[in-house]
Amino acid sequence: MGQYVTEIKRGGAVAVDDTIQVKGCETRAGSRILEGFRPLFSAEAVERLERAGYGIAGKSAVGEFGLDLLGEFAHGGANLDASGALRGAAAELVAAGGVKGALCVDLNGTPRRAAALSGVDFLKPTYGTVSRYGVIPCACSGEQIGVTAKAAGEVWELLRVIAGHDPKDGTSLPTETYSYNDGKAVAGMRVGLVRELSAAASDAVQARVTDCAGRLRGLGATVDEISLPLSDAARTAWNLLLCAETCNNVSRYDGVKFGYRSPDYRNIDELYVNSRTEGLNFLTKAVILYGSDVLSKGRYFTCYDKALKVRRLVWEQVKALFKDYDALLCPACAETAYRPYDIKDAFKTVFAESLFTAIPNLTGLPAMVSGGVQFFADTLQEGTLLNLAEALEGGSAK
Amino acid sequence: MRYEAVIGLETHVELATQSKIFCSCGGHSTKGEPNTRVCPACAGMPGMLPVTNRRVVELAMRAGILLHCDISRYTTFDKKSYYYPDLPCAYQITQWFHPVCRNGSLEVTTKDGTRTIGIKQIHMEEDAGKLVHDDWTETTLVDFNRTSVPLIEIVSKPDFRTADEVMAYLEKLKTMFRFANISECEEGAMRCDVNISIRPEGTEELGVRTEIKNMSSLSSIRRAIQYETARHLDAVERGTETLVQETRRWDDVKGRTFSMRNKETAADYRYFPDPNLMPILIGEDWIQRVRDTMPASVEEKTAEYQSKGLSEKEIASLTSERSLCDLFDAVTALGREPKDAASWILTECGGLLRKHGQVMGELQIAPGKLSRIMEKVSGNEINRAAGRKVLEAVLYEDAEPDAYCEAHNLSAQGDTDAVRQVVLKVLDSTPNAVRDYLGGKKKAFQALFGGCMKELKGNGDPQVIRALLEEELSKRS
Repeated sequence: MGQYVTEIKRGGAVAVDDTIQVKGCETRAGSRILEGFRPLFSAEAVERLERAGYGIAGKSAVGEFGLDLLGEFAHGGANLDASGALRGAAAELVAAGGVKGALCVDLNGTPRRAAALSGVDFLKPTYGTVSRYGVIPCACSGEQIGVTAKAAGEVWELLRVIAGHDPKDGTSLPTETYSYNDGKAVAGMRVGLVRELSAAASDAVQARVTDCAGRLRGLGATVDEISLPLSDAARTAWNLLLCAETCNNVSRYDGVKFGYRSPDYRNIDELYVNSRTEGLNFLTKAVILYGSDVLSKGRYFTCYDKALKVRRLVWEQVKALFKDYDALLCPACAETAYRPYDIKDAFKTVFAESLFTAIPNLTGLPAMVSGGVQFFADTLQEGTLLNLAEALEGGSAK
Repeated sequence: MRYEAVIGLETHVELATQSKIFCSCGGHSTKGEPNTRVCPACAGMPGMLPVTNRRVVELAMRAGILLHCDISRYTTFDKKSYYYPDLPCAYQITQWFHPVCRNGSLEVTTKDGTRTIGIKQIHMEEDAGKLVHDDWTETTLVDFNRTSVPLIEIVSKPDFRTADEVMAYLEKLKTMFRFANISECEEGAMRCDVNISIRPEGTEELGVRTEIKNMSSLSSIRRAIQYETARHLDAVERGTETLVQETRRWDDVKGRTFSMRNKETAADYRYFPDPNLMPILIGEDWIQRVRDTMPASVEEKTAEYQSKGLSEKEIASLTSERSLCDLFDAVTALGREPKDAASWILTECGGLLRKHGQVMGELQIAPGKLSRIMEKVSGNEINRAAGRKVLEAVLYEDAEPDAYCEAHNLSAQGDTDAVRQVVLKVLDSTPNAVRDYLGGKKKAFQALFGGCMKELKGNGDPQVIRALLEEELSKRS
């Protein structure tokens, strides 16, 4: 699975996505364009883990820049389970017990989707709580390192280590450390089931969400069906912002300084064009084209700027729901299994699926996948998410 | 028909900061071997995040205050995308949507009078690296030392009518910025893009505009404006060519502008706000703090020095460089007389710098040392010529004034008894010259004087020697 995993240490070993830098360790972000790239420094989250005595087991494979559904278009090839279904590398490593947990970059819901399919937990914390220093950047305004682990207690343990203010990241929140012990108890909790998102999923997934709602009621929570009319607009806005920012961020891979350089060029323009043509995959190119388009002179105000306004509106709509609800419940993805497919369909497929995951990336709110379903909570209410997951898992690791 | 030129300037000024604009690595582009002033952040390595250098914002605010601008309460950084090998990220962080200052003005004075030039905006941005072309091996090398060095860009309104006004504006900006420690404005640290069009005098409508990019020497800017204005006139009046709106390059050797027929002129820079840099909110208290900590302006220093009795010429010389004012202020604070301090800085230090092929701006001396030399001279411990000698040793050998005097036995040179011994020795050893002088040949005095100077190895005070010679000669008449 993880094509760069060199050694798996049991116990305190943690895997990190190949979009997270570890000093001296080849970091390709699943792309040919970063062939041979050895970072000069480790990500802040990695440094914190190492300082706290955890070992980095290795890099878990991701799709090119983490843009695809589950790593299916990684330069090193897709990761399939015995039935031939796509699986996320980090989630599978965790599920197999190879590592205590994994740090994954949540750019467009990939680690949440992967966790749901592999039956493990993933928590994307509030934007700004974990430093993005050392993350191969795509959409800086919404991507966030989170933790994949088998149970809520382990997520809690690792998240506490990596979260906290980092002056090297200008968007890092000022809080030095987080305890995550301040979450609401599940008994008496009010949970909103998001109608639009649930209805968009397959019957099997809908049944899973309904089942979860029943169990929550059994634990003393109230669950109401609620409406989030801007769900689809949120997806469009996030797709647009993600493409625009990614287009800009991956423009630095030009074959001049590091990574892959085409052997075939006669001048600087050919060096750029050939290196990028050969070094980037079809999905990344589609993202670049779409991103360039929405930032172009004629489109900025009708596309990019409008997406920023939608971001604000979605934020307001979700925040309003958190006046009445402690958490929102919804699917993490449409299906219970995904098969390999042609890369020509990737752009359409990925951005259809992000309907379920876009809101936390767009708004920066925390989200957690556990037991194959997804919860959203209000800003810095990770404790509530962990309590929900823990109660559903029937454990008390914390 | 009479035509007038309509000229606007975009002036890039490198800021005098200790570190670059978004990282903490060393600030100075022009110093150091290629690629030694660079860190993973300014080299555009993935994973590095920009963090704004607060000093840059404050220097931009300082420039805004000097140019009577409105300081924005909300200002943002934006990304500008284009490919060029000297731009490591393939985007430049600049300010497009909410620049830090807007709506200012600067009065410029030329022989034709004083006019007010409007300032549209001032924005902050990072500089790009440098490409070094090697014609011999036909390769191009890139130097990232200058990458991310902080700049401000001052965008004027199209208010200039003549090259003289442009020169006066740039000279004034240079003086103001050097004086306020905003920029050192050294060679290459101030670069201009010039927009030019012409129109019949008295009309409002603008003609076809061309832009001449990236010029750094004042003489090139003047010549380029003159050339380009003439080219436009020829085109409009005599139909020599059809003007098109375009970007042009000035060739200083050929003395003409050339069209830069490249894609960049039609580029779409795809500006958007940089999500890694939070908007900067500038409150009234911050602006006030920047105002309060601004170094005194040329005008304020001039008034202060007038009250201390310095001449117009001395004031003009001292205020040409902030460092000279600082030295003068420090030396007078140590108790030295203002007139005397000005004279030592401008005449004595200035003379030595000229002798060593340097300019006033390069003067570097510890105020305490200069003060000590002045003290020794005014206290008659040593004479002025010896003082000058000590000063030279302090400037070029890093000597200590007291130790130097002792080591070179200079302390006795002001002592008239010692000089008198020399005078007597010279008079006794050259009886012929004494006889000639006493016999009416006044020229013989010069020979005796020269003899004394030679004995004193040039360290004697001419006035003292002359007085003692006359005194001793009169005794022998």
